[in-house]
Amino acid sequence: MKALNIIETGYRATLEEQDDPGVWLSYTLKAAGGDVDVLLRGNAVNYAVKGQDSTGLQYGASRQTEPPRLADNIASLTSKGIVVFIVSEDLQERGLEGVPLVEGLTPVTRSGLARLFDHYHQVWHW
Amino acid sequence: MADKKTLAFALMDPPYENARSTTALRLIHIAAKRGYDINVFAYEGSVFLAFAKQKPHPNAMHGRNVEEENHVLTKDLVSSLMEETKRNGGRFDWVNCGLCVDERGAAEAVEGVRRGSPGDFLKMAEASDNTLVIGTRG
Repeated sequence: MKALNIIETGYRATLEEQDDPGVWLSYTLKAAGGDVDVLLRGNAVNYAVKGQDSTGLQYGASRQTEPPRLADNIASLTSKGIVVFIVSEDLQERGLEGVPLVEGLTPVTRSGLARLFDHYHQVWHW
Repeated sequence: MADKKTLAFALMDPPYENARSTTALRLIHIAAKRGYDINVFAYEGSVFLAFAKQKPHPNAMHGRNVEEENHVLTKDLVSSLMEETKRNGGRFDWVNCGLCVDERGAAEAVEGVRRGSPGDFLKMAEASDNTLVIGTRG
C-alpha cells in the first residue's frame, strides 16, 4: 500500500516536539517498512527552507538544547528514499522563490495535485 | 455482512479543545452502528480521549451539581463506541501512540486501549478499506 502524507500546518508543536509530528511520523512509518511519500503545502512549505535557526529558547532556567531542525528533518526524509513533493504556488505566495531549499524536493503545481493523489492508495492529510 | 468494511481513523486533537474530536467520534459511531471493523490510532493529544483519569465536574453556571451536570467524558464515549461495535458484530482496535502517552503522562487508559507505535498505524491502514486522518489544524 502506497500512502501520501500531506503536511500543511506549519510549525505545529515543533518547539515542544523538536520536530514536526507529520514529518516524524513519515520517517517512522518508512522505517517500519511503509511505502510513504510526503507533500508539503501551505505554511509547511517553509520547512524546506535552509538556514532556519530556532536555537536559544529559554524559560527561566530551562533551556532548549535540541531545537527543531526542520530543514534537516526534511533532508532526512529524502535520504531515506521518501519522495517529498512541494507545492510551487505555496512557495511563490510566501516569497520563497529563489530561497535556498533542501535538495531533492519534487515541485508540483496545485493543478497537478489530483493527478498526484491518483498514484497513491491512501492520502493522509495531517 | 456482505458489505462489511474495515476503516482506520488517525486522530490527533485532544479532547475539550475543538469540534474535530467529537466529530471524529461521531464518524466512528456511524461505523460502529454498521458493525464495521474499526481501527483507531490516537496520535499526539488525542491519546487523552481515552484517558482513564478524566473526572466529571459540577457546573455553577448551569446551576447543576456533578450528578445533574452529567459532564461528557470522552473516555466513556470511547468505551461506548467499543461496546457498540462489539454489539453489532464488529471488531474495535484502539492504539494510543506510546511516545505521545509518555510525553504527556497519559498512561492510564480505559480498558480495550492498547499502547502502540506508528508501525501499528501502518498495519491498521494496510488492513483497512480506507483511512481517515483528522489532523490538528493551526
